[in-house]
Amino acid sequence: MKIAVCIKRVPDTETRIKVSGAKIDETGVKFIANPYDEFAVEAALQLKQKAGGEVVAISLGPDTAQETIRTALAMGADRGVHLKTDGQPYDTLAVAQALAAELKGYDLVLLGKMAIDDYNHAMAPALAELLGLPCVSAVTSLTIDGAKGTAEREVEGGVEVLSFPLPAVISTDKGLNKPRLPTLPGIMAAKKKPMESKPAALGTTRVTVRSLTLPPERPAGRIIGEGAAAVPELVRLLQTEAKVL
Amino acid sequence: MNILDFYAVDGALSEEERAVRDSVRRFVDERVLPIIGHCFVEGRFPKELIPEMGSLGLFGANLPEEYGCAGLNNVAYGLIMQELERGDSGVRSFASVQGALVMYPIYAFGSEEQKRRYLPQMATGEIIGCFGLTEPDFGSNPAGMITTAKEQGDGSYILNGAKMWITNGSTAHVAVVWAKTGADESTIRGFLVPTDSKGFSAKDQKGKLSLRASDTSELVFQDVCVPKGNLLPKSGGLKSPLMCLTQARYGISWGALGAAMACFEEATSYAKQRVMFGKPIGGFQLQQERLAEMLTEIVKAQLLVLHLGRMKDAGTFTPQQVSLAKRNNVNMATDIAREARRLLGANGILAEYAAMRHMENLESVYTYEGTHDVHTLILGQAITGLNAFN
Repeated sequence: MKIAVCIKRVPDTETRIKVSGAKIDETGVKFIANPYDEFAVEAALQLKQKAGGEVVAISLGPDTAQETIRTALAMGADRGVHLKTDGQPYDTLAVAQALAAELKGYDLVLLGKMAIDDYNHAMAPALAELLGLPCVSAVTSLTIDGAKGTAEREVEGGVEVLSFPLPAVISTDKGLNKPRLPTLPGIMAAKKKPMESKPAALGTTRVTVRSLTLPPERPAGRIIGEGAAAVPELVRLLQTEAKVL
Repeated sequence: MNILDFYAVDGALSEEERAVRDSVRRFVDERVLPIIGHCFVEGRFPKELIPEMGSLGLFGANLPEEYGCAGLNNVAYGLIMQELERGDSGVRSFASVQGALVMYPIYAFGSEEQKRRYLPQMATGEIIGCFGLTEPDFGSNPAGMITTAKEQGDGSYILNGAKMWITNGSTAHVAVVWAKTGADESTIRGFLVPTDSKGFSAKDQKGKLSLRASDTSELVFQDVCVPKGNLLPKSGGLKSPLMCLTQARYGISWGALGAAMACFEEATSYAKQRVMFGKPIGGFQLQQERLAEMLTEIVKAQLLVLHLGRMKDAGTFTPQQVSLAKRNNVNMATDIAREARRLLGANGILAEYAAMRHMENLESVYTYEGTHDVHTLILGQAITGLNAFN
């Protein structure tokens, strides 16, 4: 089975982000592989362990995206494809067009349900649409049996079970698996695995970021008083000040 | 920005070195930190982590790939030690002993057959090792050791004596034991002694108030017969075990940095959250001075070990340079752990926080692998050319 995993380089959520204009200031910011994409890499590696085949890690972005691809190679992916751009483009459809051009001929395309930098949740459906393939998004369970697949999704108040034919585009959610850590021999081996780098055939960019604003600093907590005597004042403040009641 | 990268040292690391650091960091965050406080209180080494540490490739990671090791450079190796000790000195000690004190001597002084037999399985953690040099009456002065290995007519050796303060002693499958085959220190040789040999016994050392999440044992050899093939053929003289110690001390100078980083992070986060007199205690000058001192020492220590690691990779470092790093970094970590504990107030005495655990652990780290004082004398001799040991 030939599996493609799309993986994106994103700022570590534990990094303190500074905004400069419509971009984040990348100075001193640590970048990681998008955690939702790591579920996709793990799923691909498990499928390969069962059924054999090849796992190809694909990332679109500037040269630094190669580092993220090497994370997937260190986890066990076989080879990498880097679609090169200047900077990280924002427009989902423009990026999807570039990725779709590369994603032909795979039995399965796996990627995170969203990237933790833009929270768009849009890439998997966009890719499926462009490739003319079935799409199941945010799966928490995935089984492939020959040319058919079954996936589970968590929906409001329950679980939805879906079946689909291959090839398909599947986006992965937390709970699907526990991604393996890159082992140290894996990190060394990743340097020797093939990595192709070529210009990304981006579509027309129509959506641009105008501005970014950090959420306001949270004020320190306040202790109103103690015991039952403090309740009326607490209720009053929740109503008049916090306006949550 | 990340305050612990105040001098942008990250930028001086290669992509691969950062990847190694990040992988071990995640392992420690996910697997070590949630349990280590309990292990320390219970006085138990978390053995259950050994297979995962092995499959990640943490043991002997700077030894070559042909023996099943990761083949990393010494900076990446140091970063592993830093991250493990950010968890706990006991966990780092396990890896130090396995890698620097057992796998390294097998690699450096062992026969090809011994390397093939032991190294791949030690890299995965299937075989665990310990290192027996220190004796009850000979710590800082290993040349005085009284453990003997008497050669027999068939080329085998009979081992008699005792070793103390042996990390992994009760857990190990094999012990690298240093013993005198003749009268003086030039006759010291290394032996691979299976711990199930007749006459070999290991006894857990009870009552430790430090390195509680680590196995520390006393080894006793009573007419233990060691086959000829278990002698480390290229070992000879006290220099051989001292070479192992240089490897381990190098790792310790990185490890102590990790403990200091953990304490600094805990103290910083506590200082920003803990409110007293109407504002976070981090807003008071006394605590800011504490934190400023800690960060300054950490940055200096980071630059020190990185440069030392680059020199080790270039093959130019000296044991005296390692002494300086071990002495400085463990000392600064010990001070930082104590100051962090104090900043945490009463909460600082709880196992729920890491500072006091690190503070207690670091007293052992200060004392083992050449005490702080011994490294002072090594430096004194390097400076003056005069020997102050005797």
